[in-house]
Amino acid sequence: MTTATERHSPPEVDVAGAARTRHPLRWVASIILLVLAAQLVNLLITNPNFKWDVVARYFNAQVIGAGIITTLYLTVIAMAVGVVLGVIVAMGRLSQNPIARIVSGLYVWFFRGTPVLVQLVLWYNLSALMPQISFGIPFGPEFLTADTNKLITPLLAAILGLGLNEAAYMAEIIRGGLMSVDPGQTEAASALGMSRGRTFRRIILPQAMRFIVPPTGSQVISMLKATSLVSVIALADLLYTVQAIYNRTFQTIPLLIVACVWYLVITSILYVGQSFIERHYARGATRNAPQSFWSFLLFRRRQSAPAPTREETPS
Amino acid sequence: MSTPMVHARAVRKSFGHLEVLKGIDLTVERGEVVVILGPSGSGKSTFLRCVNHLETIDGGAIHVDGELIGFRAHGGRVHHLGDRDITRQRREIGMVFQQFNLFPHFTVVQNIMEAPVGVRRESRAQARTRALALLERVGLADKTNSYPRQLSGGQQQRVAIARALAMQPKLMLFDEPTSALDPELVGEVLATMKGLATDGLTMIVVTHEVGFAREVADRVVFMDGGVIVEAGPPAEVLDNPQNPRTRAFLSKVL
Ligand SMILES: Nc1ncnc2c1ncn2[C@@H]1O[C@H](COP(=O)(O)OP(=O)(O)O)[C@@H](O)[C@H]1O
Ligand SMILES: [Mg+2]
Repeated sequence: MTTATERHSPPEVDVAGAARTRHPLRWVASIILLVLAAQLVNLLITNPNFKWDVVARYFNAQVIGAGIITTLYLTVIAMAVGVVLGVIVAMGRLSQNPIARIVSGLYVWFFRGTPVLVQLVLWYNLSALMPQISFGIPFGPEFLTADTNKLITPLLAAILGLGLNEAAYMAEIIRGGLMSVDPGQTEAASALGMSRGRTFRRIILPQAMRFIVPPTGSQVISMLKATSLVSVIALADLLYTVQAIYNRTFQTIPLLIVACVWYLVITSILYVGQSFIERHYARGATRNAPQSFWSFLLFRRRQSAPAPTREETPS
Repeated sequence: MSTPMVHARAVRKSFGHLEVLKGIDLTVERGEVVVILGPSGSGKSTFLRCVNHLETIDGGAIHVDGELIGFRAHGGRVHHLGDRDITRQRREIGMVFQQFNLFPHFTVVQNIMEAPVGVRRESRAQARTRALALLERVGLADKTNSYPRQLSGGQQQRVAIARALAMQPKLMLFDEPTSALDPELVGEVLATMKGLATDGLTMIVVTHEVGFAREVADRVVFMDGGVIVEAGPPAEVLDNPQNPRTRAFLSKVL
C-alpha cells in the first residue's frame, strides 16, 4: 500500500541532461540558402560580362578617388546643414510660439512632400525664377546684389537641395527623440534650479540621443546614396565619374560595380561608427550590461547579461 | 519672532476653467514638518508645485524664507520674475517626486553631483565628497556607481532624496514619495525622511502614510476640493477629526 503523498508525487526526473530539440526545417532552409549562395558566387566568378579585370583596373583609379571625395564631402556638408537646421526646425515645432510652430510645420510639409530630385533641379535653375539675388532690409534698400547664375554653383545647389531636404527629416527625428524623454526629467532638473539651457544640454538631449542616433545613422547612409542624384546637375561625384567613364568606354557593368563596391565600403565604415555612438548613448538605458561591440557587429542576438549584483538593503 | 519658512496666503490656481486651489493659507515654521493629507485630486501636488514655482499661481502670494516666490513686488506693482531669478529661488527648495525622476543616463553619484557642480559651481572634488557622505546618510554607499535602473524603487527614492539634499535646501517638498513603491520598500524611505526631520530640516510632505504623519509631523493639514479643511497637531486631526470630510477620508486610509 502506498500513502497518499507517495501516490501523488511525480516520478523522479532531472532536466539537466535533456536532449536538444531538433529543428529539421532549419536544416532544410539552411541548405537551400547555401545552394543559392553558391550559385550566386558561381555566377559572379564565371560570367565574363562582369569583367573583373576592368573592375580591378578602375577600382583605385585617381578619377574615382576624386569622385569619392566629392561624394563624401557632399554627404558631410549636406548632413551638417540638415542636422543644424533640423535642430532649429524641431525647436520651432516644439515652441510655445504659434507662428514658429506653423512656419516649421510648413517647412517640414513642403520639403518632405516633394521629391529631392525636383528640389535639386529647382535650386540649380533658381536663376530662371530669380535672375538676381539681393541682400538688404526687407522691402527696403538693398546692399548687395548678385547674379543668381554665378552665386548658385552646382555645388551650392547640391548642398542646398540635399541639406534643406534633409533638415525636414532630421527635424522630425529630433522632435520625436525630444518628445520621448519623460517630462518628469525636466521637472526634476527645474526643481534642482537648473536653467533651461543646461537642462536641455545635460538632461534632455543625451536621453533623446538614444532615439535620435539610430534613425540618423540611416539618414547618413541614405544621404550618401542620395548624393548620387547630383550627377543630374553635372557635379562630379562618384556616380557621375563612373558614368563619364563608361559613356566613353561602354564598360557599363564593371564601372557600376566599382561604384557599388565603394558605396558598400563607405556604408560599412559608417555602420561601425554608428554602433560605437549608439553604445555610448545606451548608458543606463537597461538593467543589463550593454551588448559587446563585436557581438553587435556580428549580428548576434542580444542576450540578457546577468544584472549587476543587487543585495537588498534591510528596511 | 523670526520669519516663517513658508508663508502662503490666499493661494489660488486654476487649470483652464478648473479651479484647483481656492485660497490656501498655510504657514510653516523653521524646522517644522507639515504633512498634507487629502483625497486624490484635492490639489496637494499642485500646491507643492506652486511653492517652488513649477506652477505659477493665479492669486495670493507664497513667501519662502521671507522672499516672494515667482514674482517681484516693486512700488505697489507686481511683476513676474525672469528665468534666472526663478532658478535661483528653486535652488533653495528641494523636491522629491512620486516617480523619483532620477537621471537614468547618470550614475548614482553623478545624479547627486550634477546640480552642485553645474548650478552652484562647486568643485567636482568637493561635490563628490559631499555626494558620498549623503549616500552614506541614506544608506547607499555601496551603490555609488550604479545606474538608477539597476536599483530597487526604494533605493532610487533614497538617491533622489540625497540628490535634493546636495543643494543644501532650506526647505524640502515631498510629493507622495512612497506611493510608487512596493509595500516592503516603503519603510526604508520613511526612515530616511524621519532622519531628516530629526536633524531639523523644514519639510512639507504629501503622503497617505498616516503612521508617518502621526510619528513625525508637527502638524497635519487636511485638504479637500482645493481648500484646507482642517489643520492641527497629528493627535487632534488624526485621532479626533472635527470635519466630517476628514473623518470620511481617515476611515478609508486607516
Ligand atoms: N497641468 C494640469 N492641467 C490640467 N489639470 C491639472 C493639471 N495638474 C493637475 N490638474 C488637475 O488638478 C486637480 C488637482 O490635481 P493634484 O494637485 O495633482 O491633486 P492631488 O495631488 O491632491 O491628487 C486634478 O483634478 C487634476 O486633474
Ligand atoms: Mg498628487
